[in-house]
Amino acid sequence: MKRFTLIFIPYIWLAALFLVPFLIVVKISLSDTALAIPPYKPALDLAQGWAGLMAFLGDLDFENFTFLAEDDLYWKAYLSSLKIATISTILTLLIGYPIAYSMTRAAEEWRPTLLMLIILPFWTSFLIRVYSWMGILGQEGLLNQLLLWLHVISEPLKIMNTPTAVYIGIVYTYLPFLVLPIYAALDKLDDNLLEAAEDLGCSRFKAFWLVTIPLSMNGIVAGCFLVFIPALGEFVIPSLLGGSQTLMIGKVLWEEFFSNRDWPVASAVAVILLLILIIPIILFQRNQQKQRESEG
Amino acid sequence: MAQNGNKQVFSPWTDPSAKPLIQFKNVTKKFGEFVAIDDLSIDIFEREFFALLGPSGCGKTTLMRMLAGFETPTTGTILLSGQDISPIPPNKRAVNMMFQSYALFPHLSIWDNIAFGLRREGGSKDAIAARVEDMLRLTRLTKFARRKPHQISGGQRQRVALARSLAKAPKLLLLDEPLGALDKKLRQDTQFELMDIQEKTGTTFVIVTHDQEEAMTVASRVAVMDEGRMIQVDTPDRIYEAPNSVYVADFIGEVNIIQGSASQSGDTVDITFAEGQPTIRGTTDKKFANGEKIAFAIRPEKVSISAEKPDDMENALQGKILDIAYLGNISTYHVELPNGQIIKSQIANTRRISRRIFTWEDTVWVSFTDTAGILLKV
Repeated sequence: MKRFTLIFIPYIWLAALFLVPFLIVVKISLSDTALAIPPYKPALDLAQGWAGLMAFLGDLDFENFTFLAEDDLYWKAYLSSLKIATISTILTLLIGYPIAYSMTRAAEEWRPTLLMLIILPFWTSFLIRVYSWMGILGQEGLLNQLLLWLHVISEPLKIMNTPTAVYIGIVYTYLPFLVLPIYAALDKLDDNLLEAAEDLGCSRFKAFWLVTIPLSMNGIVAGCFLVFIPALGEFVIPSLLGGSQTLMIGKVLWEEFFSNRDWPVASAVAVILLLILIIPIILFQRNQQKQRESEG
Repeated sequence: MAQNGNKQVFSPWTDPSAKPLIQFKNVTKKFGEFVAIDDLSIDIFEREFFALLGPSGCGKTTLMRMLAGFETPTTGTILLSGQDISPIPPNKRAVNMMFQSYALFPHLSIWDNIAFGLRREGGSKDAIAARVEDMLRLTRLTKFARRKPHQISGGQRQRVALARSLAKAPKLLLLDEPLGALDKKLRQDTQFELMDIQEKTGTTFVIVTHDQEEAMTVASRVAVMDEGRMIQVDTPDRIYEAPNSVYVADFIGEVNIIQGSASQSGDTVDITFAEGQPTIRGTTDKKFANGEKIAFAIRPEKVSISAEKPDDMENALQGKILDIAYLGNISTYHVELPNGQIIKSQIANTRRISRRIFTWEDTVWVSFTDTAGILLKV
């Protein structure tokens, strides 16, 4: 009974805060847009009883999903989001892994400080940090001024409002999510294993490749998903740094919802985004479970 | 190797023409100001089972890590088959090591763990498979080949570590506290297994241990170390019966140390150790000055205990039983002499305990022959 209660509480939580809102979004995605408050129809009129419910259900259709499939803006936005999320995950890994690795190689007394430095940016609002990148990357921004002053370039680089700025923003924002799980995995690694690999004929590099990488794979996979999943639906970074050139589904969703006030289409976009995300989320869960099993 | 019939034959360290496999020549290793190895020279011969024995921090692990290549000597040279190995990195040495923690790769199966070193050599698939199967048979692990290290017992993991380090057929195998993680019973069985495998493969073993029984059991020669130096290097029986110092006598097994002043005539020495006590007579081939402070060391099992003063023993001292440590097969009697000196006597319990002759507070005689003990400079 106690066990049941314990499991029950998180399920209630999930049902109330995830499942119910999701079902409401699904319902809206099946509705039609209307000039009303809320801006869609049909509305469920329970006063009419059974007939009202049937009339309500009869008015729901998949029109919006058909529309999404027909208009190439949407699948282009999905593809572009997938591309941006994948590339930025790879970039984050390439930058994050060496950071995590050198943190575990640092002297014992420095590690808490280094860990603190990784977490420190979270103390400032995410929005402010993205805004400050606008100040750095802009035409008259700090980066261009520095490079001009160093005579590395003769004309300011156009970084702001390009995909490059979006990559920089995503890598910067999600780096800690990748560094921390990899650090945790590397920290557990027994140095004797590397010595054993060397003793058995591996060069340092080969030992890294055959021992360190496989044994930190769980951390790598967890970190990559923690970057990829939120990056796919990212809205703030592309809309602030990417300008009109960058097409990302999060931005499309926002525009449908707030600019067009087309709640049904926006909901349909959100439902499909979630369906796309379910695959990596399930893979992530699998990885976590596998990790628990190998430790247990 | 010391335990079987070869013992008389196998003693290359007594043969001046024998070529040592490993030579330490005036090796010193410092970590900052700390001297881990202090001007050490030693020869280790092929097919030897060489044990490094000492308390923690005595430098035995540093010595082993220098052989493996994880540390380099500060001064001096280490030769392997006559070649200076200092510039050779660990992965290029014909030396393998079995780690104290075993250091098995947790992501690889037992089979792949054993094959790990062979694959780095780049032999053919079939040759590697054949060698791995040989190793699995040697260590009786064939059944577990497909399992991961966390799915087998501690004793099996120990054998995997041994198989993995032997797979490349190294000239020299280093074992760092190989049995430290096993319980006592399993450890004793494994000791004999180790000796068996060492004999079968003909590999030279250097083992680091702090367990003196283990060193005595497995090794052809034991080096007792302290503070970066080798105090005595000898066969187990010589280490036990003829220690060269109080340190070695005290470190190996139990011992009674009686300090006194010597008066020598020929090879017999009388030791005056306390007011009102008879002198102790011992024999030696060493020379002591008259009145020199020396130590008389005698093992408890060489001390008899009796109610009446025995006539046939050169040395007999009267005292009172202070304590009895009952260990099942033997009992150790702590007998206090009138001057407060305690003499331990070990008696095999050939009778059931209910029929024991002596008990606490009994006045008894402890006695020993003049050749039973050894005389050492203090």
